[in-house]
Amino acid sequence: MIRFAHVTKEYPRTGAALKDVSFRIAKGEFAFLTGPSGSGKSTILKLIFLEERPTAGEIRVAGMHAAKIRGKEIALLRRKLGIVFQDFRLLEDRTAEDNIAFALEVTGAPRDTIGTRVGRLLTQVGLASKGTSYPKQLSGGEQQRIAIARALVNDPFVLIADEPTGNLDDRATRGIFQLLGDINSSGTAVLMATHDLELVRRHEHRVIEMNRGQIVFDSTDPAPRAAQER
Amino acid sequence: MRLTLREAVMSFARAPLLSALSIMMIAFSLYSFGLFGLVALNFRQRFGAVEERIEIEAFVDDSTNVETLANAVSEIARFPEVARALPVTKDEALERARRDMGEFKDVFDASFLPASIKVQVREGFRDPATVQRVADRIAAYAFVDDVRYGAEFVERLHDIRNVATGTGIVLGIAFAAVAIIIIAATIRITVLARAREISIMRLVGATNGFVRRPFLLEGLATGVLGGGLALLLLWLSFALIGRYIPLVFLERPMAIGGIAFGGMIGLLGSALSVWRHLRRI
Repeated sequence: MIRFAHVTKEYPRTGAALKDVSFRIAKGEFAFLTGPSGSGKSTILKLIFLEERPTAGEIRVAGMHAAKIRGKEIALLRRKLGIVFQDFRLLEDRTAEDNIAFALEVTGAPRDTIGTRVGRLLTQVGLASKGTSYPKQLSGGEQQRIAIARALVNDPFVLIADEPTGNLDDRATRGIFQLLGDINSSGTAVLMATHDLELVRRHEHRVIEMNRGQIVFDSTDPAPRAAQER
Repeated sequence: MRLTLREAVMSFARAPLLSALSIMMIAFSLYSFGLFGLVALNFRQRFGAVEERIEIEAFVDDSTNVETLANAVSEIARFPEVARALPVTKDEALERARRDMGEFKDVFDASFLPASIKVQVREGFRDPATVQRVADRIAAYAFVDDVRYGAEFVERLHDIRNVATGTGIVLGIAFAAVAIIIIAATIRITVLARAREISIMRLVGATNGFVRRPFLLEGLATGVLGGGLALLLLWLSFALIGRYIPLVFLERPMAIGGIAFGGMIGLLGSALSVWRHLRRI
């Protein structure tokens, strides 16, 4: 579903952000992407949703070859991905409902179906009563729930979350993580970048650990685990 | 289309100050360009009136009979460079002399003044070389004694026209360039102010076309409104200055063209700014 094969990403000014990175994310999987700041977590996510292109190596997302797709195909691919950020990235001048509906409108979804779908998603994220609130009227946790609802609006096969709990307190973090778990249980894969090791330790999901642009640990890969044990 | 229209209208409503500022910037840029155009138009009008005074006068021999003179006049009138050719009899020449020159006031005998043919040159043929060529053709008639057309006046007028046209073109281009640069910068600011919105649109799967359309519509509307406001300001200036100096205003096609030009600049400016922005992110 998502496959990185020997991917290297270099930036002209800062040099290599990723070096020879290979991994796969299977359908319905839940994986943590961990590592310190600057280790390459966000670069991997950007490469998945095609905000960046690899310098070398091959990336396949939903069968599409990242180096080859252009223009409209990128937009079509992004509709199959749900993307969530630490800073929520909501449109401040639109209500929660409008923020979610907007993601449907850009796909040309029939107008008469938008309201129903938005209502269903607001219920799913536990904010059915907050549809008409503006982002500033919502708490951080609620804003992130709206962002997750927006990410789910087109039934993505994977939810990509870049430090989704980074700006939240413990209680909100637990709530968001619970929500991501529920989403994963319904069949959507989740790839979550985080440096919250406590959160990672508390759950039995796959862990891909990055350091200085390389994967230094992958809980599904027996070789590094054996090396660690030695 | 409905969504594009809604987004364009909403962006006006969401940032009314920025939208108003964009319209004002476009309006004032086009206004200064239009003001220059109005000055140029009025100058051209006045200059054209002076140029109409370019006249060739061919004095004819006293023995020329009326029929020969009439034939020559109608032949000269058919020259492509000639707007009008009129015969002037001895009596008419005396009458004109008495009207224009005080020393002829007490003269009543027209016999010593020659009859002539007065020739007005068509617009576009009033340069010294052409006027000289027409004068030479007229002088070739056997009954023509002398041809005068104020060569020095024609020459000087031509020089003034050349300098004015050159200056006008350079200033016009400079005004237009400044207007376009200011308008492009203004539109770029509006695009940058909505960079976050654009990046969110793209993240949720909006195609570049979808992102671009409301901006284009907004740019077109801003340009048209700016053009309209510029025209209004221009008219007010015209009305104000017109109280003291008689002026002509832009003709309707020109005024409509000005508004359309504003719309086109708004549209192209937006297209370019959004295209550059989308290419970078």
